[in-house]
Amino acid sequence: MTASLQDPVLSVANLRVSIGGRTEAVRGMSLAVARGETHCMVGESGCGKSISALSVMNLLPRGIIRTADHIRFQGQDLLAMSERQMSRLRGDKISMIFQEPMTSLNPAYTIGSQMSEVLERHRRAIRRQAMDRAAELLARVGITAPGMRLGQYPHQLSGGLRQRVMIAMALMCDPELLIADEPTTALDVTVQAQILRLLQKLQQELGLALLLITHDLGVVARMAQRVSVMYAGEVVETGAVGDVFAAPTHPYTRGLLDCIPVPGKTQTGEPLGNIPGMVPRIPPGFAGCGFRDRCMSAAPECAQAVPLRDAGGDHSYLCRLPPDWTRASAA
Amino acid sequence: MTYAIEVRNVHREFKQSGGIVRLRRPVRAVDGVTFSLPAGDVLGVVGESGCGKSTLARLIMGLLPLTSGEILVDGRSLTGMDRRERARLIQPVFQDPFSSLNPRHRIRDIVGLPLASQGDMPKARQVDRVMEMLARVGISSEMAERMPGQLSGGQRQRVAIARALVLHPRIVVCDEPTSALDVSVQAQILNLLTELRRELGLTYLFISHNLAVVEHIATEVAVMYLGRIVEQAPAQELFRTPAHPYTRALLSSVLTPDPALGIPDVGLGDAYPDPTNVPPGCRFHPRCPSAFAECAVTMPDNIRKDGRLVECLLATTS
Amino acid sequence: MSSVGIAQALPGRRRFPAFRRLATLLGVVIVGTALLVAIFAPYLTPHDPFAQDLNLRLIPPVWMEGGQPTHLLGTDQIGRDYLSRLIYGTRISMLIGVLAVITSGLIGITLGIVGGFYGGRTDDFVMFLITCRLSIPLILVALTVVALVGSSLAVVILTLGLLLWDRFAVVARTTAMQVRNLDYIAAAQAAGASRVHILVREVLPNIANHLVVVATLEMALAILLEAALSFLGLGVPPPLPSWGLMIAEAKEYMFFSPWVIMTPGVVLFVLVLGVNLLGDGLRDMLGADLER
Ligand SMILES: Nc1ncnc2c1ncn2[C@@H]1O[C@H](COP(=O)(O)OP(=O)(O)OP(=O)(O)O)[C@@H](O)[C@H]1O
Ligand SMILES: Nc1ncnc2c1ncn2[C@@H]1O[C@H](COP(=O)(O)OP(=O)(O)OP(=O)(O)O)[C@@H](O)[C@H]1O
Ligand code: SF4
Ligand SMILES: [Mg+2]
Ligand SMILES: [Mg+2]
Repeated sequence: MTASLQDPVLSVANLRVSIGGRTEAVRGMSLAVARGETHCMVGESGCGKSISALSVMNLLPRGIIRTADHIRFQGQDLLAMSERQMSRLRGDKISMIFQEPMTSLNPAYTIGSQMSEVLERHRRAIRRQAMDRAAELLARVGITAPGMRLGQYPHQLSGGLRQRVMIAMALMCDPELLIADEPTTALDVTVQAQILRLLQKLQQELGLALLLITHDLGVVARMAQRVSVMYAGEVVETGAVGDVFAAPTHPYTRGLLDCIPVPGKTQTGEPLGNIPGMVPRIPPGFAGCGFRDRCMSAAPECAQAVPLRDAGGDHSYLCRLPPDWTRASAA
Repeated sequence: MTYAIEVRNVHREFKQSGGIVRLRRPVRAVDGVTFSLPAGDVLGVVGESGCGKSTLARLIMGLLPLTSGEILVDGRSLTGMDRRERARLIQPVFQDPFSSLNPRHRIRDIVGLPLASQGDMPKARQVDRVMEMLARVGISSEMAERMPGQLSGGQRQRVAIARALVLHPRIVVCDEPTSALDVSVQAQILNLLTELRRELGLTYLFISHNLAVVEHIATEVAVMYLGRIVEQAPAQELFRTPAHPYTRALLSSVLTPDPALGIPDVGLGDAYPDPTNVPPGCRFHPRCPSAFAECAVTMPDNIRKDGRLVECLLATTS
Repeated sequence: MSSVGIAQALPGRRRFPAFRRLATLLGVVIVGTALLVAIFAPYLTPHDPFAQDLNLRLIPPVWMEGGQPTHLLGTDQIGRDYLSRLIYGTRISMLIGVLAVITSGLIGITLGIVGGFYGGRTDDFVMFLITCRLSIPLILVALTVVALVGSSLAVVILTLGLLLWDRFAVVARTTAMQVRNLDYIAAAQAAGASRVHILVREVLPNIANHLVVVATLEMALAILLEAALSFLGLGVPPPLPSWGLMIAEAKEYMFFSPWVIMTPGVVLFVLVLGVNLLGDGLRDMLGADLER
């Protein structure tokens, strides 16, 4: 799926990631994020969302290899960059909020020293300035008594506080592109809403491009301009967020939307819809639809290459079924 | 009426470490919580990050000593109770299935630990019970021989549920049991918890920051703010007619999957609560959109009316 | 979520250059050889290490002028075969190394886990003990104890064991502090598990990798200390063939027969180096980070 965007901040074409030659974690993923835009990536655990993000950052663990037609950041080719050039971008112009705030913060250092280190490294700021900036950002993400928090160690903070620290840390250098891997999962709704508003404000002020990885379809609906639904390493459906939510077309997208309790729509105590089974491991040379062993509408032809179909506008999806299928017509 | 659990005016403070000891005020993580829950009910506990939900859960599980107050389960006080007896009454399910299972033990040993700790059941019976429970939550006997690292998040959470239920406890304390899971797995786990509650007559304390999930599973909901329950009511009533201004803010910030709507302005301002420095009067007044002069002075009463509790001057005066 | 693996792998993942892997291999070979030699000493020695022959005093090693093929590494000042004494010396060194580490490990790990896990006053007390221990001048106390009680293998092992536990305690304490906040510990407590169960079955296996590394470091230290004590005549009593003792006995002759002091010295160096290399390799492999 090639995204057609003028002058995107980030553009990824046909990204493939192979884990040790045994698993295809990402299979031809393409996406583009424009200045000031929010692009959401949703999908179940193990779909390859984090791996895709880490591929862009060139932070893949050993033994995991990425290939792509291109990965461009503001026109610069990230594939051709040396590790030194990349590390100058990381934390500065491209910043990433890692998924696990517990493990991405070093338990041995205080919050303050970890946050100020970023600014000292990229901007040659002195410690005092860096600490002031850190305190300011902690206050902006809603942490009271930031001075006290700066002196604390990660284990002394609650999960929600740690996640906010990670967000503040990513904003230390005013990035142009922020890749946020599930930044609000440990937060309660009011703080989540406040942080998402903060991110939206930064987008308006600084033109921040945001690639937001999340499980929360509510966040997607409210935040994103575009959404890419990932499954088993592929973008199975993508489009403007209104189109995708109004007319979810891929069986996986429909399944996801059925799983969530929606006040007023789902009944208390009644079972929720769910997608049985698990995200499969895709071996090299795999053909056909990756969703077929969990799909209610699978047919023999799903084992062959499935077409990329257009559902109107920029909305497209990967499935044998026509855009207007129903459970009855697919059976 | 005997309650499955009664929590009476429970307090818990944490001392701050480091710095000049005398200048550091303690963190008042749980600051006078009272509630009671009939058997078979599900109490959903919601509230801001850091408002003391997990601390309350740990107090109830006996993992932290109380600073003051009392907790009764089945009419018996937890204070000084033998750990084995407590284990038969209360069991936990934690948020992160990746840290709640010891990575160096086999699944069957993990689930068998509560039985083994009781020390009064023959080994063979224990194994049977463990396998029965694992089968009930959908874990095959082949998986029982594996290590936690070889299971998916949803499977791990099923294992954690099996461990919690293997002793047939009275109360299961679930601290955000689905917030680390996929929506599809979350749906499976919620369905499983609902089924098990019906079958085994369990009582849940269900902590979550996902209000849609709480609305789906809870019969009664308690809203916590800065260490206290500020509103408690039957689930439907609370969601239909929230009375406390904080509850209203909370409900209005739920992000339903509706692309036509944006991110709501919560209207709580930027004065975030600080558990080391609880405001006088109503603890919510610095952020409350409906606050009036009286709120900064008078602490609202903790009054229960028609099965409903609202700790707000607006509710008690009118 | 399943990408815990990645996030954890990210900051910690280091690439080990070839020479570090080679160094580890060298450590394994040296320690492995020393172990085999220690175990099979009686089958490896060409002569009785205690048999004196005053006619064959101070024969140089075979590659030097005057060397004899029957005594590959020559003989000492009372005509005992040097190679045989070295081989039995390996036994003494390894025995002392291993037993002293076990003793100190038992003390240090117990104190460290208890202090780190329970925190509060218990931890203050453990920290106090550690501080006391660190303020004790190792060699002087070891010397005094051995001088007072008299020297024997058991006394040396016990003295070293009682003195070398501090690093075990420090590492066990910090790692136990990290583990105690994890949910599986809380789950075990809620399951009604006993304190002993929690410390031994839940905490210990998860910090064992760090402790293995400490064990190697302490073993190297114990071997060196034993040599030092024996050199001062307060370690293993003669005629037991300890390397330290061999160096001590040889010092009067070193100007005319330098090999008598060189050979045990070199062997001691190689074994201690080997143990340390092995420790470094284990640290890399197990991802134990002692700096924390
Ligand atoms: N370090 C690793 N080594 C081997 N396989 C890995 C590694 N990290 C991830 N994988 C595999 O790659 C696939 C994609 O993982 P990824 O973490 O990108 O998923 P995700 O969509 O981010 O899931 P989540 O929602 O849980 O974060 C999974 O099958 C996973 O098991
Ligand atoms: N062991 C501890 N030592 C010091 N302070 C603590 C400790 N545990 C919790 N706290 C503090 O107590 C308060 C309540 O924390 P708690 O973990 O109960 O919040 P929570 O409601 O579960 O939040 P979250 O939704 O983020 O999990 C926080 O301010 C936290 O920093
Ligand atoms: S291609 Fe087939 S298996 Fe895949 S989603 Fe469509 S119908 Fe289901
Ligand atoms: Mg991920
Ligand atoms: Mg919590």
